[in-house]
Amino acid sequence: MPLTLQPNFHEAGTRYFRPFSPGDDFYEALIETHRDLSDEQSDLVNAKLILLLANHIGDLAVLREAMRLARARL
Amino acid sequence: MLSTYRYPKFEYRPAPEQLAGRTQRHPVVIVGAGPVGLAAAIDLAQSGQPVVLLDDDDTVSVGSRGVCYAKRTLEILDRLGLGEPCVTKGVSWNVGRTFFREEEVYNFNLRPQEGHKRPGMVNLQQYYLEEFEITRARQLPALDIRFRNKVVSVAQDGDKVILQVETPDGIYALEADWLVAADGARSGIRRMLHLDVEGKIFKDRFLIADVVMKADYPPERWFWFDPPFHRNQSVLLHHQADNVWRIDFQLGWDADPEEEKKPENVIPRIKAMLGDEREFELEWVSVYTFQCRRMHSFRHDRVLFVGDAAHQVSPFGARGANSGIQDTDNLCWKLKLVIDGQAPATLLDSYSDERVFAADENLMNSTRSTDFITPKTKTSLTFRNAVLELARDNPFARALVNSGRLSVPTFLTGSVLNTPDSADFAGDMIPGAPMDDAPMHEDGSDFWLLDRVGNGFMALVHVADPARLDGETAARFRALAAAPIPVEVVLVAPVAGPAPAGLRVFVDRAGRYAERYDSQTGTTYLLRPDQHVAARWRNFDAAALQAALARATCNC
Ligand SMILES: Cc1cc2nc3c(=O)[nH]c(=O)nc-3n(C[C@H](O)[C@H](O)[C@H](O)COP(=O)(O)OP(=O)(O)OC[C@H]3O[C@@H](n4cnc5c(N)ncnc54)[C@H](O)[C@@H]3O)c2cc1C
Repeated sequence: MPLTLQPNFHEAGTRYFRPFSPGDDFYEALIETHRDLSDEQSDLVNAKLILLLANHIGDLAVLREAMRLARARL
Repeated sequence: MLSTYRYPKFEYRPAPEQLAGRTQRHPVVIVGAGPVGLAAAIDLAQSGQPVVLLDDDDTVSVGSRGVCYAKRTLEILDRLGLGEPCVTKGVSWNVGRTFFREEEVYNFNLRPQEGHKRPGMVNLQQYYLEEFEITRARQLPALDIRFRNKVVSVAQDGDKVILQVETPDGIYALEADWLVAADGARSGIRRMLHLDVEGKIFKDRFLIADVVMKADYPPERWFWFDPPFHRNQSVLLHHQADNVWRIDFQLGWDADPEEEKKPENVIPRIKAMLGDEREFELEWVSVYTFQCRRMHSFRHDRVLFVGDAAHQVSPFGARGANSGIQDTDNLCWKLKLVIDGQAPATLLDSYSDERVFAADENLMNSTRSTDFITPKTKTSLTFRNAVLELARDNPFARALVNSGRLSVPTFLTGSVLNTPDSADFAGDMIPGAPMDDAPMHEDGSDFWLLDRVGNGFMALVHVADPARLDGETAARFRALAAAPIPVEVVLVAPVAGPAPAGLRVFVDRAGRYAERYDSQTGTTYLLRPDQHVAARWRNFDAAALQAALARATCNC
């Protein structure tokens, strides 16, 4: 499966009535993960997060595509 | 004061209590004639309920406050006889655009679907809304509005509430069976009853400028993150009535409010944004900080809190007055049933439960917007800017851009008043849902569904052909309208046809009702007076309907 660029957040058992809600739920959880951390701690948390998610995705073609997009337009 | 608006001055008259020299007992007293207290007063008074409305002032909202009134609020204002003047005077819009630095990264349409009467949003200065409400209020004989009547003390005493009210002629006492506290964010009623309101202040300041200018920008909401004319901060632009434009500049926590308000500091900011050649005049300038907080419960025995007195949100999302007016929509029919002895006082606890649930959703959404707009740490700023950079090319990132999630009604999914579904339905019109609108037809004229439901309980029963309804069923439907808590049964049909005497038919002329409500022959919806779904079935069943009605009114 190619890299998904369409909105894709969801949670089992949760019914959403507004299209922005699942993404906002994720974003809040992401920012919350960094609460009360120093900048260095946050960098480390982010790195770990990427590694965890990368392993979960597994497919190197997808990961390469994401890495390419993340670096583009800097 | 303002070049585009003259503040009305409402006449003070001594209260009947003062003239008669004795205390009177009133079924309902409302404190505060802001947009929310006025909506409550109109709602009750138009149902025939005598109401006294007290306000410490003698004019409408002063300065820059509410701008955006959402579709759901407009539907409520329609029910109160106020939708038309607000929409006519205001600026209707559906599209919001979000810019990051130099370019547009995201836009949204508040009304992705056609076939609704009202637009996603109308922009109108709060003083116009209040003026229209007062005009409407004065047409209602059951409503006694008393300007320059300031409540200075309040006490609950068994089955009544006792108020002391200060006027230019001195202080008088007033008794109420029920008190609705609509006295705003700094509620004196709340303080005098020693009740807490919990939440947080956002550490940021915003310069709010109302500017008069001629500009032919489209009627849209424009929001900038880090624009070239106001680096590292956000800016919001809204078009209001009379060519007044609202501009919000984020200033940061360290800004000095007094300095920032000075015209010599404001004007260059606006010129940087609009370009040097655009002519404009400053109408009103202020600096705000925002809070998010709510009371633990909105009912305290005989005192019911609504609007800013009960909860306060940051304005990104326009959820303040909008949610306050939705409070009154929820409260008034319940209060009327309780006063009329048709429902126990516990029905008012459902007011608190449902509106606390809605307030939490509003607080959550406006807090999330504020956190996105004003990131608190380096990491949140990096994530925010990463989202904005990805948003240009990637739909998933666009969905994460949060420049304000604009006021939409809450689905009251967990309410004890709902009767859970016993059959499968598609779509969103679940028990507790705020009703979707639909274009309909009745007796030779087209109309919008939401214009003809509400104020009382109704049941919409889907029939294939109204002419073929048998007499016995018709009689059963009519009997429901004569019950102590009347339920008006209306037939919904795909085609017109003569209905049995005493029954109305709504023709689903575009098929939108069938689609949005997943309705087929037999499908029956029980609707609350505030245009929310109470229950629904695949077939009409009188006993089930009675049980659902009892449940929706706490009579079981
Ligand atoms: C900059 C800004 C922008 C905003 N934008 C929006 C928007 O776009 N959309 C939106 O929906 N909301 C918006 N809001 C919020 C909106 O203005 C408030 O939510 C709304 O005014 C609340 O209405 P209310 O009737 O509850 O309270 P208020 O408007 O505060 O009214 C309270 C009334 O009670 C009276 N009163 C107080 N104490 C007493 C007393 N002891 N005795 C008698 N009378 C008393 C006051 O005089 C006043 O008339 C904005 C607010 C600000 C500041």
